[in-house]
Amino acid sequence: MAVVEVRKLVKEFVGGVRAVDGIDLVTEEGEYLVLLGPSGCGKTTLLRMVAGLEQPTSGDVLIDGHLVSGLPPRARQVAMVFQSYALYPHKSVYGNIGFPLRAVRMPKDERDRRTRWAASLLDIDHLLDRKPRQLSGGERQRVALARALVRQPKVFLLDEPLSNLDAKLRTSARDELKRFQEEIGTTTIYVTHDQVEAMGLGDRIAVLAQGEVRQIGPPVEVYDEPADTFVATFIGSPPMNLVPRDDVLVGFRPEHLLPADVVTADDAVALKLAVDRVEYLSGDRHVYGTVLGIGEPTRVVARLPATVDAPVVAGEEQAFAVAGRRLRFFATDTGRRTPRVRLGAREQADQEAL
Amino acid sequence: MTPIDTAPRRRLADREGTLAWIFLMPSVIYILVLVAVPFVLAIGFALSDVTAGDPSFDWVGVRNFERVFEDPVFWRSLGNTFVFTLISMALIIVLGKVLANILVADFRGKWFVRFLVLLPWTTPVALSSISWLWMLDSIFSPIDWVLRQLGLLGGADALIKPDTNMYWLGEPGLAMASVIAVHVWRLTPLAAVIMVAGLVAIPRDLDEAARVDGAGYWRRMFEVTIPLVLPVAAVAALFGAIFTFTDMAVVDVLTNGGPNNATQVLTSWAFFRGIDGGDVGQGAAIALFLFPLLLAAAVAILRAVRRMEV
Repeated sequence: MAVVEVRKLVKEFVGGVRAVDGIDLVTEEGEYLVLLGPSGCGKTTLLRMVAGLEQPTSGDVLIDGHLVSGLPPRARQVAMVFQSYALYPHKSVYGNIGFPLRAVRMPKDERDRRTRWAASLLDIDHLLDRKPRQLSGGERQRVALARALVRQPKVFLLDEPLSNLDAKLRTSARDELKRFQEEIGTTTIYVTHDQVEAMGLGDRIAVLAQGEVRQIGPPVEVYDEPADTFVATFIGSPPMNLVPRDDVLVGFRPEHLLPADVVTADDAVALKLAVDRVEYLSGDRHVYGTVLGIGEPTRVVARLPATVDAPVVAGEEQAFAVAGRRLRFFATDTGRRTPRVRLGAREQADQEAL
Repeated sequence: MTPIDTAPRRRLADREGTLAWIFLMPSVIYILVLVAVPFVLAIGFALSDVTAGDPSFDWVGVRNFERVFEDPVFWRSLGNTFVFTLISMALIIVLGKVLANILVADFRGKWFVRFLVLLPWTTPVALSSISWLWMLDSIFSPIDWVLRQLGLLGGADALIKPDTNMYWLGEPGLAMASVIAVHVWRLTPLAAVIMVAGLVAIPRDLDEAARVDGAGYWRRMFEVTIPLVLPVAAVAALFGAIFTFTDMAVVDVLTNGGPNNATQVLTSWAFFRGIDGGDVGQGAAIALFLFPLLLAAAVAILRAVRRMEV
């Protein structure tokens, strides 16, 4: 059963800016759905409309099958973790976690039991008497999570909860978030602009741009089968290479552009790469150059894993190749995926197989 | 390359030490001449027998203080000062918070409301007190007229009393209430502006988090907003207290301390004895009583401000 569903949701701000422009989205029970997009794509506005902090201009929000549009946040059984964590600075950790329970007038002993349960689940029992300012970034995040979970909401809404942490802490906090959600099993909607977080955490990823959902699917699908050039270039680092050829764009991921000897696939598409720069990045080599032979000469990036030790020299034109099944094709005008087109004789077998 | 023909020189604008002195001087002189000198003079006068008629300085020790303490009006004034200050302060803070909420709210025509809210504070106190004097006049008071039209005043079956007028400034209790009301009316905008600064400093996230956490308006108000504006509210309260404590304009214009010293406060009593009565020594002795109380208030303000910074 759908826990959260939004139908034709539109949010227009004063001045005519459409932050959310007709989004339909359904989350499944226990799912970890990530809303991914660049800043200003409407992902946070969408989340805030689910929370009830923002009223949609049109469209419906359903939680647990009930229409909640127009209801205040407290009637929606949602819990939210804010980017800043929004801990109450004057309350202790205990007071922070217990606040949602006080708001529903739970008896004191039951409240105490639940507060301690939530704290122990996140390993913060020893911090209950501290004030938020006495906590580290990671501890604050746990308090915010404990406060969200203590009420056992229908859905967790997380708004970039990792962006306030430093890079090192972020990795471990991400891991913790995932384990935590698996343990609790509550449906979660997670907003981020960080594709690494999205890939690592999401059961499904919804890629948003300009107030619209461009693609929704599991991380592998979004990465391997991007629906349009926006998704193709927004996800992946470095992004997918796009080479114009007639009225299509030929796309391939940097890690699939490899020296010709390494590509053993029988549908390999041969091409030339005029290398102008090689970067060594923790074992991998990023090769920058201009690709020739499959379309207009275009600047591309190749990512050679450490296991490939073929020599690549800047300033030379070298033989590279891409396995034919790795190629993706997009219409030049709309940016949408199109059927594959013939590139050359060596790809013919693949063409017929389809 | 052409040689640099002007040798680099330090100008006045580069000499920070000298500049600091130049910039500080006006306020230092101001404080010395208008605060420090009168303060020392007041201490001197309090220990002397200087009067308006005989300005020669003769040392009398603490005799002025003894005479002040023997006077029941002094004790009455001291008590009135505290009542006046505490009640005004409480009302100023509560109403200031309410006004602050109106000032931060976003609605059509808010500039006009803001203008109205700030008006009492910007009107010169002498002018506004005189308008209030007419508002509270024993015969022509428009407030009484309204009460009469509502049937609350005048006539045998009137709810408040059968007289045609309240005599706002003539009855001891009402006179005190009137003085407090005018003072609150005048200082509330200041407190509101101070508290607006506190309110806008609260991150919006906190209120939203409390809303998602299921808290209603009053719980958010009392458990989130008010605890967080408390340090700023304390500053507003202390400012209000100091302004109330040291103010004599409202009392002087409205009641001149009357009726029968019911609204006499330290400042008005000091003025009455020292200037009107000509006994400068005694007036100075009474006025000096403000000093330890104001000092305590100033220390409290500075502490509250420091706690906010941490």
